[in-house]
Amino acid sequence: MSRATESLALARRIGAFDRDGLNILLHAADDALRRAERALDERRDRGAALAMDGIPVVVKDNIATTDLPTSCGSNILGGYLSPYDATAVAKLRDAGALIVAKSNMDEFAMGSSNENSAYGPARNPVDPTRVPGGSSGGSAAAVAAGIVPIALGSETGGSVRQPAAFCGVVGVKPTYGRVSRFGLVAFASSLDHIGVFGKTVDDAALGLEVIAGHDPRDATSAPRDVPAYRDAARGALTGVVIGKPKEYFPADLDPRIRERCETALEIMRSLGAEIRDVSLPHTDLAIEVYYIVAPAEASSNLARFDGVRYGLRRDGDGLRGMYEATRSSGFGPEVTRRILLGTYVLSAGYYDAYYRKAQQVRTLIAEDFAKVFASGVHLLFTPTTPTPAFPLGAKSDPYEMYLSDIFTVTANLAGVPAMSLPIGRVGGLPVGGQLLAPHFDERQMLAAAYALERTLGEEAHR
Amino acid sequence: MAVTLDDVRHIAALARLGLSDDRAHALVGELNGILAHMDVLSKVDTTGVEPLTGIGLSTTPLREDRGPAIPLVHPIETFAPKFEDGFFLVPRLATHEDASDAS
Repeated sequence: MSRATESLALARRIGAFDRDGLNILLHAADDALRRAERALDERRDRGAALAMDGIPVVVKDNIATTDLPTSCGSNILGGYLSPYDATAVAKLRDAGALIVAKSNMDEFAMGSSNENSAYGPARNPVDPTRVPGGSSGGSAAAVAAGIVPIALGSETGGSVRQPAAFCGVVGVKPTYGRVSRFGLVAFASSLDHIGVFGKTVDDAALGLEVIAGHDPRDATSAPRDVPAYRDAARGALTGVVIGKPKEYFPADLDPRIRERCETALEIMRSLGAEIRDVSLPHTDLAIEVYYIVAPAEASSNLARFDGVRYGLRRDGDGLRGMYEATRSSGFGPEVTRRILLGTYVLSAGYYDAYYRKAQQVRTLIAEDFAKVFASGVHLLFTPTTPTPAFPLGAKSDPYEMYLSDIFTVTANLAGVPAMSLPIGRVGGLPVGGQLLAPHFDERQMLAAAYALERTLGEEAHR
Repeated sequence: MAVTLDDVRHIAALARLGLSDDRAHALVGELNGILAHMDVLSKVDTTGVEPLTGIGLSTTPLREDRGPAIPLVHPIETFAPKFEDGFFLVPRLATHEDASDAS
C-alpha cells in the first residue's frame, strides 16, 4: 500500500475517532476524507511528489490553525478560530500534509496527564483506564491509536516526550530555536518548543525536517540550515560516546524500567557505541527551578486573556470587573494556581529569593549539559519517565504530578534537543528511552534512535 | 516565607483573578505546599553565578524595525468579543468618583 493510499485509509478513521470514548481529538475536520481524496487527485495531476503528500496530521490544540478551532484545552478560548496558521502548520500544509484534527491537551499545556483539559481527559489507547500523559496527551494518543502517523505537540517541561513514553510512540523535542513558535500559544517563552510525534523514528524525523528552520516571525528562531534528518537512518553508532547520567538512574527507579534501559544501552554498545558513566549534578533541582520559572513566565503570557481582543468575555463591574470575571470563569484550577504562583514569585520582596535564584540554578543546570558534552560525550541516554502511565485520578497532589516530569524538564531548562522512543513494555505498558544531544545536533540523536529502533524491532512494543 | 490569605488576595488582584472565599483559603495551603519544595534552592551556593537570560542563540537576531506582515484570514469581528468601527470595545474605566467610593 502506497503512503498516499495508506493516508486515505487513515483519514477514514477520523470519522470514527469519537466512537472509541478516548476523547483524543477536540476538533476534527468534517471533510478530512474529502481533503485526502482531493490531495490525491492533485498529486496525480501534478506528477511530482511532495514530502508529506496526503499524510494526515493531528495538531495540538494550542497551535494555531485557520480552519479548526485553537482552544488550548481551555474555556477561555472555546471555539476560537485563529486568523492565521502557525508557521509549523503552514509548512506542513505546503509539504502536502492534511491537518485533520486538533488534539486534546492539558489546559494551556499545564499538566502531565491530560486531566487538566476543560474538555475532559483523553485516555491512553494502550490501556484506557490510564492517562496518556501530558500535556500533549491527545497528540500522543492519536498516533498510538493509529489515527495518524505524525502529530504536532508542544513542550515546556516534557509535554511531548512524557506522553510519547506513556503511549508507546516516538516524541521529539528539537533544540530551542530550531522550530518556529509563531502561532504556538505562549505558556513559558524561555521553555516552550513545538515538537513532533511519530509512529516510528522515521515519521518523527520527516515531520521535524518539514517544520524546522528559521522564521523571521519568531525572534527566537535560529537562522541555521536544517540538515536532512531522514538521512540519519544511515548513520552508524561506531565511535559514538553515549553518556549514562547517574542522576537519571536513582536507586528507587522502577527496576523493570531500569532493566529496559540497560538492554537499550547494551544494544547501542553492541552497535559500536561507547557507554560512559557521567554526572549532571544539579539534576535534582530541576523540578523546583522549573516550577518557579514556568509559572512566572505563564503569569505574564496569560495576562493577554482578558476578554478584550479574543476569546471569552464575562461582564463584571467596570473594566476591572470584566477582567476578573472573564479570567476566573475562563481558567481552570491548575492554570489559576500557576498564574498565582508565578505572580507571587515575581512580586516585590520575593523576586530575588525565588525567580532570580531559580534562574541562577538554571544556569548551573545548563552548564552541567555543556560540560558533559564538552568532555567528548556525544549523546545521553536515560529513562524518559520514572514510571509507566498511571491510572486516571492517581495523582491528586500538584507537586506529585510535577514529579512525573523529573527526567524531562532539564532539556527544556537547557534548551538541548531530546527525544523519547519506545524501548519495551512493563506489565503491558510502554516504556520510553530518552536520548539527549548538544544544541542543534538532532541528527546524531535521530541516528542513534534509528539504530536502536531497528535493532529492537518488535521488542520495542513487547 | 509562608503565603498568607492577604498574599493570595493581593496576588489575585495583581493577576486580575476573581477568587471566591473558599478558593482563596484553599489556595493558601496549595501554594505553601508547592513553595515548601522550592526552599531547597535557597541552600544552593550561587555566588558569582549569573541568572540564565537566554538559551541557544548567543545573540538576539536583528531585523528591520518593521514587523513582518501577518495577513488575517478571518476579520477581527469574527473573534473579538466586541468590535466596532475599528475599535475593540471595553467597559468604561473607573472614574475618580468610583475610585474614591472604593477606597
